[in-house]
Amino acid sequence: MSNETDYRPMWAELGLDLEKHDALLGVLGQAYGDLFLSQGNRPDGMGYFDFVMSEVHGLRIKELVDARTAGKIVVGTFCVFVPEELVLAANGVCVGLCAGADFGTEQAERFLPRNTCALIKSFFGFTLEKVCPYIAACDLVVGENTCDGKKKAYETFGDLVPNDFMVLDMPNTRSDEGRAVLKQAYLDFAARLERLSGATITAESLKAGIETANAKRRAMQRLARLRQADPAPISGLDALLANQVFFYDDPERFTSSVNTLCDELEQRIEQQKGVAPKGAPRIVISGCPMAVPNWKLPSIIESTGAVIVGEESCIGERGTQNLVADMGDTVEALIDRLVDRYLTIDCAVFTPNPTRPEHALQIAKDARADGVIHYCLQFCSPYQLEAPRLEREVEAGGVPVLRIDTDYSQEDVEQLRTRVEAFVEQIRG
Amino acid sequence: MRVIGLDIGSRTVKRVTLEGGEMIEHQVVPGSHDPLAVCDDLLSGQPADRVVATGYGRHLFAEHRKAETLTEIRAVALGARHVRPAARTLLDIGGQDTKVVVLDASGAVTKFEMNDRCAAGTGRFLEVMATALSYPMAEFVQASRSANGARSINAMCTVFAESEVISATARGVDRAELARGLHEAVVRRAVALLRRVPIEDEIVFCGGGALNACLRDLIINTLDREVHLPPEPQIVAALGAALSVSAQLRPKTRKGDTK
Repeated sequence: MSNETDYRPMWAELGLDLEKHDALLGVLGQAYGDLFLSQGNRPDGMGYFDFVMSEVHGLRIKELVDARTAGKIVVGTFCVFVPEELVLAANGVCVGLCAGADFGTEQAERFLPRNTCALIKSFFGFTLEKVCPYIAACDLVVGENTCDGKKKAYETFGDLVPNDFMVLDMPNTRSDEGRAVLKQAYLDFAARLERLSGATITAESLKAGIETANAKRRAMQRLARLRQADPAPISGLDALLANQVFFYDDPERFTSSVNTLCDELEQRIEQQKGVAPKGAPRIVISGCPMAVPNWKLPSIIESTGAVIVGEESCIGERGTQNLVADMGDTVEALIDRLVDRYLTIDCAVFTPNPTRPEHALQIAKDARADGVIHYCLQFCSPYQLEAPRLEREVEAGGVPVLRIDTDYSQEDVEQLRTRVEAFVEQIRG
Repeated sequence: MRVIGLDIGSRTVKRVTLEGGEMIEHQVVPGSHDPLAVCDDLLSGQPADRVVATGYGRHLFAEHRKAETLTEIRAVALGARHVRPAARTLLDIGGQDTKVVVLDASGAVTKFEMNDRCAAGTGRFLEVMATALSYPMAEFVQASRSANGARSINAMCTVFAESEVISATARGVDRAELARGLHEAVVRRAVALLRRVPIEDEIVFCGGGALNACLRDLIINTLDREVHLPPEPQIVAALGAALSVSAQLRPKTRKGDTK
């Protein structure tokens, strides 16, 4: 990736291993060019996201460094259960941490068993090899007791991050007791944010944070609706990228750019202009989140001529559906509203989790999808264990399902390609 | 019109030639590290109006030569239906993968399951084991069929199973019983794959594995159902590839069109 500014002094100051970091950027840039820039007929609005990606370790990091200099705190998160609203209310900047590529796996396997999910090994590897400026720029990194893998991995991870680390306790159920656990986690989080930032979270500042986060989600919901058109106005790869950038871009700028993109997509829909011909096979992906730069499966799917028209994923509609109701005059009342909203996220770490298959089917029906591909990381117990039931329920609803288990490596690409091509042949009829 | 179907597998490459929709000849040759060269050899002196490639080498072939492609899942469905028009459940044990394909009443694929990540349960597994037991393949199968019992192997992995077999023979365990146990292991995996789908008659067993009489017997006994074998099970996918040229696409109504 080429840019005029020399960010190396900044990276050096953040303690990065410059040589390894250069290697990472080289690979990332190559992949981005091969997968994204080679696509035909992209909406002009994707230019903003191309720019963001070209500056993913440059300009955005500089913004974070400048924010810290100006007295804000930078908080890194791994999961949609960590409320950005509270970080914003404490005069902070919230960034999602990637974990979407194999890097430093050997280092990671000094601490983690080989049969750990690729996402967890990835954030260990990035941290240990000192190639992630986001982690380096965080005042606080926040983990959460969601799955067993993360829960146990965080016990070690806390010692590896340069600055502060905290883990939010998460409930397993949506009962009253579960609700109380989540509320307490959010209260603890709020207290920690205040201590770190020196700011006080007030009802006003929290309402403002809620409105910013809601506006971001509304924009993504709008994008999701526009993808229901046939011909599809935007590729699944591009929409996934927007969903990925959602986590770490400046919220207002991001929201505005997505809305501009959506304006353009509305025009495309009127003109019946698509990235694939009308009637191209339409696929919805459901399952584990695909963190940046995990683009392997979507690129295989779209190379067959199919188009991905929705994601039942945390980096997707599962993460952006539902807004926080900003009713309440006290911080505690507003935190209750956060809990209301965040408990609706139907991640597989909850039991029971009946709405997830219903949502996957609904997304497929609303987008008039021809098939659902269930994507699961190897060794991810919660999603592996939910997959058979989801497959049954979605197929009972009339939509064929293909289950894919994979990791981040490139070794199984041809096997995946065969399965995906066979599924596309099947749904084409 | 003359159409050639090529099934480019890792162990073997198969060619089927159709003239006016009827198979006029076929050939199976060993694969090599250079699939393009093997295919060129297979095609030399074999004129055709269309060539269709399937199998793991299909994209490599199509990138360098003029050919259409389809996956081996669709190919085996078309081929099996041609040979057994009432086929509904297909089991294909190949050199390096095993698959189950479910067809609806009209012959369209509705579901498939594959093991293509691991050699255990494939033809490759049995070849490695035959070598470990110092049997030529035909004798390995024969010994397994006539063994008095079976000694089971515990290892799930081909590499570890090989070690286990070698240790067992060193302790004097009967080779034929080991051979039988190994065949049973392959069948267990195949049946486990089958049980992931709704099994409907007619069941068809194809692929190179269907040439193995011991596997055939064990599968029929384990399923306790009628299992049909095409006369030339190894070429079913290549046949299907050639047939795909004239296969009619079902008119497709989009789901929700009647909403």
